Amino acid sequence: MRNQRNELRLLKCIEQDCTLKPEQLAAMCDMTVEEVQSEIKQLEQDHVILGYKAIVNWDDTIDESVTALIEVSVTPQRDKGFDRIAERIYQYEEVESMYLTSGGFDFTVLITGRTLREVAMFVAERLSTIEGVTSCTTHFILKKYKEKHTVFQPQEEQKERPIFV
Amino acid sequence: MIDYASVLSQRAAAIKPSGIRKFFDLLTEMKDVVSLGVGEPDFITPWHIRDAGIYSLEKGFTKYSSNAGLSELRREIARYLERRMELSYDPDHEILVTVGGSEAIDLATRALINPGEEVIIPEPCFVCYSPIASLADGVPVVLPLKADNEFRISPAQLEAAISPRSKLLILPYPSNPTGGIMSREDLEALVPIIIKHNLFVISDEIYAELTYGQKHVSIASLPGMRERTVVVNGFSKAYSMTGWRLGYACAPAEILGVMHKVHQFAIMCAPTTSQYAGIEAMRHGDEDIEAMKAEYDGRRRYLVQGLRALGLDCFEPRGAFYVFPSIQSTGLSSEDFCEQLLMQEHVAVIAGNAFGASGEGFVRMCYAASMHDLETALERIRRFLEHL
Repeated sequence: MRNQRNELRLLKCIEQDCTLKPEQLAAMCDMTVEEVQSEIKQLEQDHVILGYKAIVNWDDTIDESVTALIEVSVTPQRDKGFDRIAERIYQYEEVESMYLTSGGFDFTVLITGRTLREVAMFVAERLSTIEGVTSCTTHFILKKYKEKHTVFQPQEEQKERPIFV
Repeated sequence: MIDYASVLSQRAAAIKPSGIRKFFDLLTEMKDVVSLGVGEPDFITPWHIRDAGIYSLEKGFTKYSSNAGLSELRREIARYLERRMELSYDPDHEILVTVGGSEAIDLATRALINPGEEVIIPEPCFVCYSPIASLADGVPVVLPLKADNEFRISPAQLEAAISPRSKLLILPYPSNPTGGIMSREDLEALVPIIIKHNLFVISDEIYAELTYGQKHVSIASLPGMRERTVVVNGFSKAYSMTGWRLGYACAPAEILGVMHKVHQFAIMCAPTTSQYAGIEAMRHGDEDIEAMKAEYDGRRRYLVQGLRALGLDCFEPRGAFYVFPSIQSTGLSSEDFCEQLLMQEHVAVIAGNAFGASGEGFVRMCYAASMHDLETALERIRRFLEHL
């Protein structure tokens, strides 16, 4: 039986910073290094930890790709509900993230393409033609402010002489 | 040409400046320094608290508050103390909002000390108590603490420090710089001595929220102590609000009344914007405290384990955000250790003797720093120790 509290704490620490070393995670979660290592291995095997990726501020690079948030409405399929259509959408490499959402439409789909035209063509030719998809509303993302608790424009440091306390 | 030495207040001029100033001047000129020197949270004040301050400005609440502080804030402080510290104070007559905990220490000392009366100060400790006692015409009496006793005050030590002129005991726990705490039992053992000798206590509880493994106990919550204790606390450490300069003192109305009078003439009131932010902190900040404490706790364990692995003898700190390892095994003095570590490896830590002579042989490291900084610091300290 896993210690679920430790597991949650460990997951939160890794989610916050997956570059932390086992020794650091052990200290933060009050576990031994061996416990941390075996717990992480288990979480990976169980597909609880699915991957480790960096948050990149592409605006500060020469990359010119564009991202769009697309509201997709669909007709759910008999027996399969939304999942079958979702699968047909998220299999595309262009789909960065996808969520089933409540409200006025069904799926929120994030698409990344090299150009605005590429994204537009993907929506027009691929996405909206999938059987069961009834409408797509495309919103191009103009600027990213924050992702996974990380603010893209770092807060300015207070520049002062340190005082002795 | 004025001979300023002859015109300045001799008492004020006689106060020794902080010896660490030169060290910090050196530090600011260096690049790539990992600083575990400054005793300050590395978190920014939580947004909802900052927002409350901003909102008060938008609403135009820019005037003085009452001298004692906004009534709403004092009421929140009273509720907070009940909720988290098992202390009960009347917000109308027993709570005073101050400019940081430091002002509260100054006011309490000035309100209680007559010329020549002794102030017992356990060292190593935060640097303000002794100069403040001197400025109030009191006589600082140092009580040197030992690492063997986890930097706690033992009854025998206290008894030995008491003279017929003893008036005030400073109780600075959880401790800056040692990270030591006094448990309920430790405090209970001191109470009969304090009462027998009719001592008063300034209990500086600015780090009260930052204890690991056991909850902070205020001496004012013990029988017979509330009437002879001034509790000092504030927002700086618990809510990462150092720059807002907001603290408070709680004491019986007779003592607080005198403190209020001095505060009224010297300060007027704590900054109003900070007080509005303080109300928000007390109302909705408990979760912020827990989140920051959990972070500090992880860093504390990492740094203590790391230092011990390097062979430095390190007593386990149970409060505040400092570790106070012994560097005696290196054969260096505290100041030499700090200076050489800074010059050779660009890591800033503070010499233990900056907090009193009994801190010699130790250094203070503040773990209110990122895990990556702590990792880099440990690696550099390892290299430094290897080359000694």
